Amino acid sequence: MNSIISTRFLNLYYNEFHALKGITMDIQPNTVAALIGPSGCGKSTFLRLFNRMNDLIDGVKITGDVLVNGKDIYADVLDVVELRRTVGMVFQKPNPFPKSIFENVAYGMRVNGITDNQYIAEKVEESLRQAALWDEVKDKLKKSAFEISGGQQQRLCIARALAIEPKILLMDEPASALDPISSAKIEELIWELKKDYTIMIVTHNLQQAGRVSDTTAFFYLGELVEYGDTKEIFTQPKDKKTQNYITGRFG
Amino acid sequence: MRKFLRNLTEKIVEGILFLSSTVTTLTVLLIIVFLFREGAGVFSQSPVEKGFVIAVNKDNPIQTLTSAQLKLIYDQEVTNWSKLGGKNDSIILFRLDDIGNYYTEDELGENFKNMPEKLSELMDKNSGMVAFFSDKYLAKNFRGRVLKMSNTTLKEFFTGKEWFPTAQPSAQMGVLSLILGTLWVSLGAILIALPFGLATAIYLAEIADSRTRNILKPLVELLAGIPSVVYGFFGLIIIVPAIQKIFDLPVGETALAGSIILGIMALPTIITISEDALRTTPRAMKEASLALGANRWQTISKVVIPYAMSGITAAAILGIGRAVGETMAVLMVTGNAAVIPHTFLEPVRTIPATIAAELGEAPQGDLHYKALFGLGCILFLITLAINITVEYISGKRNKTSND
Ligand SMILES: Nc1ncnc2c1ncn2[C@@H]1O[C@H](COP(=O)(O)OP(=O)(O)OP(=O)(O)O)[C@@H](O)[C@H]1O
Ligand SMILES: [Mg+2]
Repeated sequence: MNSIISTRFLNLYYNEFHALKGITMDIQPNTVAALIGPSGCGKSTFLRLFNRMNDLIDGVKITGDVLVNGKDIYADVLDVVELRRTVGMVFQKPNPFPKSIFENVAYGMRVNGITDNQYIAEKVEESLRQAALWDEVKDKLKKSAFEISGGQQQRLCIARALAIEPKILLMDEPASALDPISSAKIEELIWELKKDYTIMIVTHNLQQAGRVSDTTAFFYLGELVEYGDTKEIFTQPKDKKTQNYITGRFG
Repeated sequence: MRKFLRNLTEKIVEGILFLSSTVTTLTVLLIIVFLFREGAGVFSQSPVEKGFVIAVNKDNPIQTLTSAQLKLIYDQEVTNWSKLGGKNDSIILFRLDDIGNYYTEDELGENFKNMPEKLSELMDKNSGMVAFFSDKYLAKNFRGRVLKMSNTTLKEFFTGKEWFPTAQPSAQMGVLSLILGTLWVSLGAILIALPFGLATAIYLAEIADSRTRNILKPLVELLAGIPSVVYGFFGLIIIVPAIQKIFDLPVGETALAGSIILGIMALPTIITISEDALRTTPRAMKEASLALGANRWQTISKVVIPYAMSGITAAAILGIGRAVGETMAVLMVTGNAAVIPHTFLEPVRTIPATIAAELGEAPQGDLHYKALFGLGCILFLITLAINITVEYISGKRNKTSND
């Protein structure tokens, strides 16, 4: 097995609340895995395991293993900063910093100690191109990031995540706050990025999951009900609950 | 019927609300009008105390003098009329006490009844003499000339360095040293309070767990409720002697002592407002920073503080506002010398402290009294400027965060 991400019998508790129940799952490199399921089933919680974002919340307890590149990322010796450089994240709502467009993309490099301005400038352009935003913002890089549209902001946030060259990209409903055109652009982008990245994406849009992902995981009440090839999950789900969900009977 | 009653109650409530807001607004306006009307009196009243006159020889070409010039004369810093644009003639100072040098008691008669005549004679004989005396000794056919004193001008008021509101023969109403004293002490206060306040706010907003916060926050707010006399007392007992010892000064009552006390008093304002501002940083923004591999300090310094910057600025300015208007504590620890301060280790006097200390002694309607109201106007304008600045800054902030 050469999976880049895996979890073994993973449980997560918010204080007493058992939010993720015994999850075992593997994701292969350079694939897109979609996480679907009704609201509150634990998709975001699961996604945030992989860059240890849940650490910020008081009362979170985790048992079981989470491996990235074969390494236990909850081991004591692990450097969280290092991990977060390998595992980038794009959030549901665009959340640019109160800085210029340029500085938003440069941020990750700067906080990671890169001072070579020429490298930073090149990388900013490259990342903005990758995020299909360059042409729209190249003349206003010094403008505040709040001055572009929500869709552009979201692509800016993607560029920001790409600029530190992660291996894995976690996306939590990256297109849910966007109009159909921006949303389509992001889907296209995901296709492009798959060449270089492994992507996990949470989405409530089943068509979108069907279009962009290679594998799909269906979560229900904190359990991983079914995980497999996207085509199979959508055409011949093994579990009744999965079937009900994708045919729109609940959730 | 029911509906009618309900409508009636609504109308009555509405009326009461309208009335009370009108009354409030009018009261505020009236206070401001009163303040400025009284304050403006400084510029329309002679600086020589009522009931007294300044007289010179009738051939003296000088027509009017300013209070500053008169002071120079009586301090003997100017000894020749030519310095003031008059003839080349040396100035002979005369106060009523000096009368014995010119006339014997017999000549003056019983109960000084010959005084007016003798004064008149004296002024006639001495071409360079200037005299200050009560107008009850002014003869009907006075052979000297009563000098007109020019009123304090706006420029003299604001740029005059001398504040001697009860000086004889001529009061000095220069408020520059008081304005500078106020700004100086407030500036020092903010320099002391801002680093500590901001550090505490960051600690409360970003680092402290909820238990620590629940203890610390009310404590900080408690600081705001302590009466300012208590702060002044604390300053007098602890800070003033400490400053005196540390800097080896003759007295510890200095601008620095005032700044420290005011800094402590401004802390609750600064902490509460900047903590609120820091807390408005969206969680998602902090998470985005951490997710890019930034550590906690980088996140605080590069994301949280810039995001809260306008709130922090507002906090600082409001803190200054608190310091500018504070009276009692400053009065107790700054030494109250109305001189322009050059270092923090000199005594200073602030506007509010001056008003509080002197209003009781200033007779109503007197020039001194009006000058204190003038000071009140200045204080009001400073505070107004502060409020407008804060309003402007927070207005700008609302605009950016709405995007
Ligand atoms: N900070 C928290 N403290 C306590 N419980 C939480 C916390 N965050 C999430 N939960 C609970 O954990 C469960 C899973 O939440 P999660 O946000 O992962 O759901 P989700 O699948 O992402 O939902 P959605 O589709 O609405 O985003 C929910 O029942 C939620 O109430
Ligand atoms: Mg979610």
